[in-house]
Amino acid sequence: MAVVSQGIRRERTAWGLLAPTLLILGFTGLLPFVYVLYVGFFDWNVFARVAQLTWAGVANYRQLVFDTDFLASLWRGIRFTLWAVAIEMVLGFALAHLLMKSFRGRGFFRAVHALPLTIAPIAVGATWRLMTLPGFGIVPYWLSRWGIDYNIGRDATQAFFTTVVMDVWHWTPFVTLTLLAGLNALPKEPFEQAQVDGAGPWYILRYLTLPLLRPVLLTALFLRIMDALRIVDEVWMLTGGGPGTATRYAGIHVWRVVFPKTDYGYGSAMSVLLLYFTIVLCWLLMTSITQARKEGAG
Amino acid sequence: MRRARLVAGSWRWFKRSGWLYAAWTLLSLVTLFPIYWMLLVSARTRLELFSEPTLVQKSFYAENYIRPLLRDIYGAYLGNSLLVATGNTLVVVVAAVLATYALSRYRVSGAQNIFFWAITNRMAPPAAFMLPLYLLYTRVIRVGDWSLFDTRIGLILAYSVFNLPFAIWLLKGIVDGIPKELDDAAMVDGASLFQVLTSIIVPLAAPGIAITALLSWIFAWNEYLFAATLTSSHARTITTGLAEFVTVVGTNWGEMAAMSVVATLPALVLLGLVQQYIISGLTFGAVRE
Repeated sequence: MAVVSQGIRRERTAWGLLAPTLLILGFTGLLPFVYVLYVGFFDWNVFARVAQLTWAGVANYRQLVFDTDFLASLWRGIRFTLWAVAIEMVLGFALAHLLMKSFRGRGFFRAVHALPLTIAPIAVGATWRLMTLPGFGIVPYWLSRWGIDYNIGRDATQAFFTTVVMDVWHWTPFVTLTLLAGLNALPKEPFEQAQVDGAGPWYILRYLTLPLLRPVLLTALFLRIMDALRIVDEVWMLTGGGPGTATRYAGIHVWRVVFPKTDYGYGSAMSVLLLYFTIVLCWLLMTSITQARKEGAG
Repeated sequence: MRRARLVAGSWRWFKRSGWLYAAWTLLSLVTLFPIYWMLLVSARTRLELFSEPTLVQKSFYAENYIRPLLRDIYGAYLGNSLLVATGNTLVVVVAAVLATYALSRYRVSGAQNIFFWAITNRMAPPAAFMLPLYLLYTRVIRVGDWSLFDTRIGLILAYSVFNLPFAIWLLKGIVDGIPKELDDAAMVDGASLFQVLTSIIVPLAAPGIAITALLSWIFAWNEYLFAATLTSSHARTITTGLAEFVTVVGTNWGEMAAMSVVATLPALVLLGLVQQYIISGLTFGAVRE
């Protein structure tokens, strides 16, 4: 009897400790989620003749699935993510490997390499805009001296790859530092043993480093994928989503469509879809990492 | 003879570690160039900006900094950024320490779900929360004329949606690492929960808490999208101010660069102070002994 009541009391204490978090996240995370779920079933446009919620059923969602603008922005965002994250992972892994060697000045290079991470995304966008703006920046100026016509205000492909390069500049350090931490935490014995056995560097990389590092690699990969998919501020500052719609990725699209148009019902449906994608991605992340960790242990 | 040996020696040195330095120097130049360019532009007058771009700057046009900060509204924006980032950090760290302690020490039914749900909030695109928060702030939660829209407290709360899960995520591993026997012993000796938290958990987790607080602060300081949609004038932050430079009638590039420098400095200084501790925390608990 006493044990039971003690158990209940302990459970109560735990919920008490969790209360501030649940209150805050309930207000900023759960309430908006429930609210968009609700508004998503209505027509609600502030500028419409009747500016109030009218029941629309699943019309918003039906429209969303066939909305080519939205789907195109989603696909554009995925293409951007694939390019940026692929480059960042390969480059980040190579650099982390280089930074594992001990050499004089390593700390300095590490610090320099980490610098872009500290800059606010919006300032990163501003800086890259200062460098690449047609007729003003230093990059078009240099390239034009070599006879290359570089104009991200006009050329869609150039604008797209400029956003990729900016993302690589900004976020490769994150991958490098994460993998560096992972490499540092690896056990030493298997590597020493492999060396004694006369294994070559490629063999060690393929059969030791990569498998042992898998949980960290997956973590870095997923975090980067999710962050790249939701990018808004840097790209918005650099290109404004243009030229045309060349760099209008999903996040920018939602932002630019919902707010000027104040089509709240439809915007809510979009938000719900984005949140749903996020939950699926998170779930994939969690299961794959737990899986990798289990396999590593077993 | 001697010269030949010297050349051979340097070649050997280059083969061993020289290429490493060459690679890193090149990479550092690439990394530093955009930052250098931002500094250069921030020191230039309008006339200099539109003449041929050079790589050195001899004069410093301080007006780019002085005008927006002292005569324009940017000083107030800076103040808002400071207040919001600091307020958010305080809220987030206190809530996260309590929550991680509960998740780590008590068998809460559904703890795993709470943890997972919290993380999905962190991972969600801000664009997905923007509209519902905007509607809640402007239309749903309002008392007379007062609403959360365009208030600092509104931003502090909004930022918790990504910072609080992140803090819990970072602190979980650290609190898990503190031996449970320590607080059990203290409890047996009659310490209250509050005493256990303040005299055992917080001091032992202090380095982790410091990093968590610092990163939360930087994330809040750097945030743009919520600040842009949830404020209009009174509670605007420095990052939204930066975007305001880009207007249809043209951009004041010098001032924009100067404010980018200002927006970058605090995070840069803070991160410089604790850089070495952050690296070890970046595995996000993916590697365990």
